[in-house]
Amino acid sequence: MSAKFETRDIVVPGDLLYEGRIRTGENTFRSEGNVYSNKVGLVNYSNDRVSVIALEGTYTPLVGDLVVGMISDIELGQWVVDINASTDAILTIPDAINKSFRTNFDMTKVLDVGDVVVAKIVDLDRRRTPILSIVGRDLGKVHEGFIMKITPSKIPRLIGKKGSMINMILRETRCQITIGQNGRILINGRNREDEELVVKVIHKIETEAHTSGLTNRIQEYLRTIKEDRN
Amino acid sequence: MSKTTTKKNTKRKTSKKKWVRVDGRKPDELRPVHIESGAIPNADGSAYIEMGRNKIVVGVYGPREMHPKRFSKPNMGILRCRYHMAPFSVDPRRSPAPSRRDQEISMVMTDAIEPALFLERYPRSVIDVFVEIIEADGGTRCASINAAAVALADAGIPMKDLVSSCAAGKYEGNLILDLGDYEDKKGESDVPVAYLPKSDQVTLLQMEGIMTQEETEKCIELAIEGCKQIYEIQKEALKKKYGMVEGAEEKEEAPEEEPEEAPDVEETAEEAEEE
Repeated sequence: MSAKFETRDIVVPGDLLYEGRIRTGENTFRSEGNVYSNKVGLVNYSNDRVSVIALEGTYTPLVGDLVVGMISDIELGQWVVDINASTDAILTIPDAINKSFRTNFDMTKVLDVGDVVVAKIVDLDRRRTPILSIVGRDLGKVHEGFIMKITPSKIPRLIGKKGSMINMILRETRCQITIGQNGRILINGRNREDEELVVKVIHKIETEAHTSGLTNRIQEYLRTIKEDRN
Repeated sequence: MSKTTTKKNTKRKTSKKKWVRVDGRKPDELRPVHIESGAIPNADGSAYIEMGRNKIVVGVYGPREMHPKRFSKPNMGILRCRYHMAPFSVDPRRSPAPSRRDQEISMVMTDAIEPALFLERYPRSVIDVFVEIIEADGGTRCASINAAAVALADAGIPMKDLVSSCAAGKYEGNLILDLGDYEDKKGESDVPVAYLPKSDQVTLLQMEGIMTQEETEKCIELAIEGCKQIYEIQKEALKKKYGMVEGAEEKEEAPEEEPEEAPDVEETAEEAEEE
């Protein structure tokens, strides 16, 4: 019954985290009564559970996630959407248009292959194929802006505690930023310079995600760049 | 000049008493191993390994949708390894087309790494591991497995354990660890072993050449000891990637509570736009 590391230590897959009974949190697994790490990450011991904050990771879809997806195929009555996960997601016609439709309805008029959508995951079906919806506020087809990708496991860091990081970036750069939980970020600024600034900052956050006091450092970084420009 | 001669003399003296390997290593000594994780920025995970004069790059992609789709399994994911030697990796030049040997090593690697993964979590998907041998110096399959394990961990793929691999064998009647190219070719026997260090399981065991039963058993034990040493190097490599910026402190703001914040962010984004 003991912890084998200190909270915030870096662990690698297979590391013994806890001997004895405890609840297993994210990125951990139990084997022969002990708890082991699953991924490279920072271990976190709380009162009743042990978890690992992953430093690298692919996106695992969860119900309620906001994602930025690309239409990769059109099938009978549904679009196939690439959401940067292990499987493609499905968007059915009722989830795409909020009104009744006929069977001879032309799907390409709503969304065509290559279109980008901001969608919400509404369900994961039996074989874990995510079901999307683009009906709702701020969801739907994307008309302008560009997409950048970062490691999905670093998305929470980009958002910050209660959105502190991203709100700061929004304030400083005045760009419109949509963060998909799948690691795709949609950026739409007033001019190219602002957008490049956002890209720079996001890259910096990605490389320094595991350090502390990042929000303040990023703010300073942003200000110095802006001063240089003026 | 005189210095070198004295050195040579001492070496010859010791070699009479104690047998020394072709490259001057002790029988149970590994070649210098250097592993670097995250060598290819475009891959989901990657690693670069130098094991003696072996130079190998490994890229991991996935888990991703499988193409062609009919090869995917509905109940679990698939691990696909591709072992390939660059034409310039050996002398004389080698044809770049995949050979029977490449196919076999690809299969052997897949089987060695698969037990360490939670493939059942990714139905209908595939994890691709591409191994490119840039320079070969004997024991490439072991070095490839070591690098592939680091690359998989670097890709953030859930793993039960890392996989460490090392060969042992017999050369001039002596049992030795981690055979180089010369020892591999001229030696009597070669036993590559892949090993899960934490769960104490062997996932690859091949043998080439002739040895007695006792010798084989000793060889396997020797190889496992080598694997344990390599495991420490692999761990170091994974941690080193974050070591540069890592101080005494790390994240002060715990990120796990935040995913729900994403929709809010979008709203604020819009507000900022409106201002």
